[in-house]
Amino acid sequence: MAENKKNEVLIRVRGLKTWYPIKKGLLKKTAGYVKAVDDVDLEVYKGEILGVVGESGCGKTTLGKSILQLIRPYEGQVIYGEGETGRDLMRMSKQELDQMRSRMQIVFQDPYSSLNPAFTIFKSMQEPLIRFGMKNKQERREKIAGLLQAVNLPAEYMERYPNEFSGGQRQRIGIARALSVSPEFIVCDEAVSALDVSIQAQVLKLLKELKDRYNLTYMFITHDLSVVEYISDRIVVMYLGHIVEVADTEELFANTLHPYTQALLSAIPIADINKRRKRIPLQGDVPSPVNPPAGCPFHPRCPKCREECKTKAPKPVAIEKDGRPHIVCCHQVRAAI
Amino acid sequence: MSSLDRKMDRILRREESGTARRGIKNRTLRKIFANKLSIAGFVIFAVIMLMCVCAPLFTQYSSTKVDLRSILEAPSASHIFGTDKIGRDIWARILYGGRVSIGVGFGSALIATVIGVSLGTICGYKGGWLDGVVMKLSEVLMAFPQMILVLILVTVTGQSLWNLILIFSVTGWPSMYRMARSQMLSIREEEYVQALKAFGIGSMRIAFVHMLPNAIGPIFVNVTLSTAMFILQEASLSFLGLGVPLEVATWGNILNVAQDLTILKDAPWIWLPTGIVVTLFVVSINFIGDGLRDATDPSQIG
Repeated sequence: MAENKKNEVLIRVRGLKTWYPIKKGLLKKTAGYVKAVDDVDLEVYKGEILGVVGESGCGKTTLGKSILQLIRPYEGQVIYGEGETGRDLMRMSKQELDQMRSRMQIVFQDPYSSLNPAFTIFKSMQEPLIRFGMKNKQERREKIAGLLQAVNLPAEYMERYPNEFSGGQRQRIGIARALSVSPEFIVCDEAVSALDVSIQAQVLKLLKELKDRYNLTYMFITHDLSVVEYISDRIVVMYLGHIVEVADTEELFANTLHPYTQALLSAIPIADINKRRKRIPLQGDVPSPVNPPAGCPFHPRCPKCREECKTKAPKPVAIEKDGRPHIVCCHQVRAAI
Repeated sequence: MSSLDRKMDRILRREESGTARRGIKNRTLRKIFANKLSIAGFVIFAVIMLMCVCAPLFTQYSSTKVDLRSILEAPSASHIFGTDKIGRDIWARILYGGRVSIGVGFGSALIATVIGVSLGTICGYKGGWLDGVVMKLSEVLMAFPQMILVLILVTVTGQSLWNLILIFSVTGWPSMYRMARSQMLSIREEEYVQALKAFGIGSMRIAFVHMLPNAIGPIFVNVTLSTAMFILQEASLSFLGLGVPLEVATWGNILNVAQDLTILKDAPWIWLPTGIVVTLFVVSINFIGDGLRDATDPSQIG
């Protein structure tokens, strides 16, 4: 699936914790933490599309924004680049980080709030260009015209205001804006969730084309499993701030190991009645990330829960499959091998 | 719905016949000119402003010259709005008084806005301890009775125009600050702000260049409203004899004499025209404010 068989790592995340303090009382004492992302290890390979899936509130978006340092994580490492050139984003000064901003970008979920309503598209899009040193206005106009054409929009649209566009068009403008600084890594945060299904397909196709044309790496955050199956090379499944399973897309769908992933995949609607799989319903709700359950975070809802799961947090196990790792975080799976 | 349809049809017809005018490029200006009430307000405002600024062209009298031979004269050809208790021409006093009243109103509103909006923009965007401190300060100021502040300042430094402006600015900025801050708090959550952050653009530039234009509508309305409010406050403080020194002509000082019941009953030419001018001016400012609010709202069609 992945064209990049060399497995060159672009971003290496180690022990990432994004905890929000809960302040209580008059003196604003920290009474606890909301553990939105808790102890995540992850690699993003160059040139891949990494899908991140999970229920609402499982920390997908927080993970994406934490990697980009739009939300400052509490602890951990986010190493950008391989080996010698790798630098930890968490330990960078603001100036250094600002310089890195041209290399990693984000496309947002809500096309209606991701463009400044008071500015024309040109005014919104020229800002990053000015920021990264394009002084000449004519040059900026040409660059923006080119970017709009790259996302299949006429260049004249730059003189218009955001309220004159549809959701799909705005989303493409958002993509063009992210591309304006020539990034190598783009986080697509639910980038197509707000769009109609027909428009979703268009935008997904566009994203794939752009990836090939500009040698991009995507981290594609979504709750829509069919979208993630279509676009991703590799999938990360998250639950309650933890990664529970990571594998290549085909491998994950063919050989699902974690009970949560199994339940999640069983919920994909399939039109063909003969191919329907058995639905694995989950009991209860997602626990609060303020008081996550002891042991495995999934144990209160897990159909295969045993004594061990309630007390001991599972460690990730890597299973080699055709030379590519399939990582899963479950006592049952560990016991089985 | 049907009125909207008709409007659309009209636009369509004009476009088809090629007479669709897009004379004014700027959307905000176009929308202001489409609002008849605000245009009317602007005309009244401009006329009053012009007459006050160019007062010597419209009257040969001075606003302060006492003429004891013509006390409490009713309106006539020589004094079109009559004269007051010490024979000063009312028309001249309205014109010259307007200069001071409008100056106080605008000056205070402008200073209050600059202070309130800059603090509100920074604090609303950044939050943190600065926001907490400024917020508490504004709460104290808003809870403090303005009249007492005026009394204190008047007793300490004496009555003066600048004291009045100072007091209005000091007591006026907290409401501006709160308004700007609450605007920024909601705009801060918009994703385009995050996008700007993702480009590493400085927070001052994000706050003032990108976010503030989206809050400008309510700010404009507030500027006009507080101008109107300060003009009224000046009038009421002067009416009580606490505002601008009595020898200076202001709208409030002219009305001051209406405390006297005989004047209220027998010499309506002293207070009625002044009252009408104040009302007209305040109403016109409010109309302009409404027009500006609608024009600067990017989510409205136009």
